Amino acid sequence: MKSTTGSHTGTGTWLAQRATAAALALALPILIVYFLAALPADFAGWRALFSPPWLRVLMLLAAAALALHAWVGMRDILMDYVRPTGLRLAFYLAVITILAGSVVYLAAVLWSTT
Amino acid sequence: MKFRLYRYNPETGAKPFMQDVELDIEPAGKMLLDALLAIKAQDETLSLRRSCREGVCGSDAVNVNGQNRLACITPLSELKQPVEVRPLPGLPVIRDLVVDMEPFYRQYRSIKPWLVNDAPEPEVERLQSPEDRALLDGAYECILCACCTTACPSFWWNPDTFVGPAGLLQAYRFIADSRDEATAARLDNLEDPYRLYRCRGIMNCVDVCPKGLNPTAAIGRIRSLLVKRRV
Repeated sequence: MKSTTGSHTGTGTWLAQRATAAALALALPILIVYFLAALPADFAGWRALFSPPWLRVLMLLAAAALALHAWVGMRDILMDYVRPTGLRLAFYLAVITILAGSVVYLAAVLWSTT
Repeated sequence: MKFRLYRYNPETGAKPFMQDVELDIEPAGKMLLDALLAIKAQDETLSLRRSCREGVCGSDAVNVNGQNRLACITPLSELKQPVEVRPLPGLPVIRDLVVDMEPFYRQYRSIKPWLVNDAPEPEVERLQSPEDRALLDGAYECILCACCTTACPSFWWNPDTFVGPAGLLQAYRFIADSRDEATAARLDNLEDPYRLYRCRGIMNCVDVCPKGLNPTAAIGRIRSLLVKRRV
């Protein structure tokens, strides 16, 4: 039987999921504490809360890590349950579009001027 | 005692069904295998595998009240009635409690379960230090009963691509062996998205292993070696 193993790709994705999990474990408590400490009531308050650049960068990095983490997880689920290659590829694209789109949208919201 | 047995006869073409059996047996000191053999004495059409009847050969693994166990070392006294006995899940049923182990063995074969050492044979045995020998503890004791692999949801979904806990425990047994020279090739063989990384750490394997082994820990050690090799 022909062997189709040894593509050397599993370790990288597994590491990415573990690394993003560690990053999120550090970033999420900081963000939650920061937000709960001063929950703003109105739009101006929210704008003031997000004015420090470090917060915006941290927020975006956390969202990117979450998207990467979710991508590996979704990929694993689709690998288990969706066997036809074409259908699986379509699901992959949908997941990537949603996750990457969300991160880009967040960046646009965080750095919007209006 | 009350039993519910999974029955399937491929020759009649009838669908599998659960058969209720009433057996007059004193549970104290007896194992499930004793009961199954007593039932078979009443009804010789019941098919099951057994050999050593003391938990060494691993041929009488069955699903008892939802858990994979060896019938020969499962005390009747600790089982809730009716005792539901089914063949191992996730493998094709040949007849009654007998399953086709080929998908399991195919994955076991794929990890090359033998020592690879091309060095000239020494005059005496290939000796190991006590420390090197200790690395094999918890790995060599596996009897290949398939309780763990057939309890693993990842193996149910991907029996053709995921090696499964038993195969990976054996893979680790040869990776850890100081006398084996094919460590790099063995790691190559496992490094793809399916063969090892389908393990999601569900740990059903640890829960059911009748020998008390820990395939999840072995999988973790292989993963550490793969990561170390990479970073």
